[in-house]
Amino acid sequence: MAIAPAPTEPAGGTGAAGPGPRPGGARRLLRYAGAPAALLAVLAALYLYVGAHDLDRIERRSLNAEYLLSRTWQHLGLSLVVVVLILAIAVPLGVALTRPGARRFSGPVLALANVGQAIPTIGLIVLFAVAFVSWGIHTIAITAIVLYGILPVLRNTMVGLDQVSPAVIESARGMGLGRAQVLWRVELPLAVPVMLAGIRTALVLTVGTVALATFIGAGGLGDVISNGISSNRTVVLVTGSVLVAVLALAVDWLAGIVEDVLRPRGI
Amino acid sequence: MTDASATAAPDAMIRLENLTKAYPGQAEPAIGGLSLEIPRGEIVVFVGPSGCGKTTLMKLINRLIEPTSGRIVIDGQDVTEMNPDELRRGIGYAIQQTGLFPHRTVAQNIATVPRLLGWSAEKVSARVDELLTMVGLAPDTYRDRYPRQLSGGQQQRVGVARALAADPEVMLMDEPFGAIDPITREALQNEFLRIQRDIRKTIVFVTHDIDEAVKLGDRIAVFGPGGRIAQYDTPEAVLSDPADDYVAEFIGSGAYVKRLTLTPLSRVAAATDWPTVPSSADREERVAALRSADRDFVLVLDGDRRPVGWLGRDLAPDDDRLTGNGLPLLSSLGPDDTLFDALNAMLASNADVVVVTGEDGRYRGTLGMAAIQELIHTASPAAGAGPERAAGPAPGRSDSPGTDSPGKEVR
Repeated sequence: MAIAPAPTEPAGGTGAAGPGPRPGGARRLLRYAGAPAALLAVLAALYLYVGAHDLDRIERRSLNAEYLLSRTWQHLGLSLVVVVLILAIAVPLGVALTRPGARRFSGPVLALANVGQAIPTIGLIVLFAVAFVSWGIHTIAITAIVLYGILPVLRNTMVGLDQVSPAVIESARGMGLGRAQVLWRVELPLAVPVMLAGIRTALVLTVGTVALATFIGAGGLGDVISNGISSNRTVVLVTGSVLVAVLALAVDWLAGIVEDVLRPRGI
Repeated sequence: MTDASATAAPDAMIRLENLTKAYPGQAEPAIGGLSLEIPRGEIVVFVGPSGCGKTTLMKLINRLIEPTSGRIVIDGQDVTEMNPDELRRGIGYAIQQTGLFPHRTVAQNIATVPRLLGWSAEKVSARVDELLTMVGLAPDTYRDRYPRQLSGGQQQRVGVARALAADPEVMLMDEPFGAIDPITREALQNEFLRIQRDIRKTIVFVTHDIDEAVKLGDRIAVFGPGGRIAQYDTPEAVLSDPADDYVAEFIGSGAYVKRLTLTPLSRVAAATDWPTVPSSADREERVAALRSADRDFVLVLDGDRRPVGWLGRDLAPDDDRLTGNGLPLLSSLGPDDTLFDALNAMLASNADVVVVTGEDGRYRGTLGMAAIQELIHTASPAAGAGPERAAGPAPGRSDSPGTDSPGKEVR
């Protein structure tokens, strides 16, 4: 069989289904609607929890719609920039490292990416803030978080491309597809499921770690958490934490849908 | 190779001239100074053990592996310096693991090269249906399936159809029927020969199985260690007159039995002197026929002269078994069956004769054990006959170069 081993996928239950796997109507609806329903329930619970408190002035400074929305948008904006940068760096790098001739660099580069993920992000952010004082705070925060998120995308891009059957590539070359055509029409489509899994992981990691940007004053929902800690207000702290978690899970849910849409039929 | 060029073909579709492939860091080249001519419209089988360079040589032809030195000439054109992608689009390519694109449907897979060549959508779609029909897959059922929804044999059929898609003059096939169960494999081989009878492509076919080589090849190139061609000749000549001990060993035991599979009964003269009696004959006529017969059995033929049964000479004139069709005919062999099938039928029915019929199933004659022995020995090329293909005993087996002999047509 020319079919490559089944790619590892996080979550979802579509892997084992027949060709062109699509979950059936009812199951699919449950899967797609279940997560947002649960997240909305959490938000509602949070609203009731906060509403039950008699907020003092300090708490009200953090817990008002305008402040929370602005921090949420900041958070999403930072996350978006980080993810776009991760994709722009890790996907081409992963493709380049799987080309014949460049393979010998794949070990060192992966080791470097491993280091990027092994170092605690908060340490990296603070370190960069000290070392590169002249950079803007956003640049510093984004650089540190990008370094943290590169590994899953890079590794899955390489794994995804490596698991494409050599027979498929050979027959494509044998029929007269050029190297670029083989990459775009055969290798990348076949690597997409594994690559998307890595990208989804990176997305969730990023939304979570962007919360740390607050420590150098780069904003985001981390501000709410930080306010809660510094003013010793549990209700603020809980609100910030829950919002970050809900945001990360919502992004994961969206990415799951995108994954299902982009996965090629037949594999 | 001197022995290869000695069998120079009259109309070479592919000519390899002094081709060498050396890998850096290896003392011996994988292919060293090899010359070979592959005649137009024939199946040439590269056969040999693993690692003998047969696949390497095949990939040198479409330059999936670039030669270190030497020339490749296809249809009179030197393609050694041509753009390799354009070269490959003009050469069909099928491999053992099929290499079908799992994310593309059967139709999209087959359409790969026509699309690259910029065919119109209608032309592509018509061609896909034509090819699916040709390889025995109903287009309406299979067009929109994905490769993993097909059995191994069906995938191979699609692989062959894809290689044929843009109607290339030359096809390269690397063990296309390799990883398949024996029954499906034989069916695919027979269909492949049937298709080739119509399309008459120039095909380079790589296998490690000498039986497959003998069955499919118009010519066989037996590869020895180190990318050397030990013998390049017709299957008959390779089997009956191996060039050296290596080839003899590679063929293995049973060379004579293998040669039986090379001769279809259509090329064999059947003996017509066996006593027969029409099924319409009454008891007296049958008794008379048995009395005058010089054999132990008389063959009964029906009104259309189809063989139906045997009457034994030991039957008494009043025996009930004398009427009717007699003992059942255990086997009768048609024009596409081979001497091997005839011998097998004799051994199976414990007889030393089989009945041979024509295309229409009518009686053509009988073939005896002695006749098979004689055929297989007179088919051997006489010693010192030279590289020319020895003429077989059967009529119509003209092997003059450059003509499409009817003998080849049958295989």
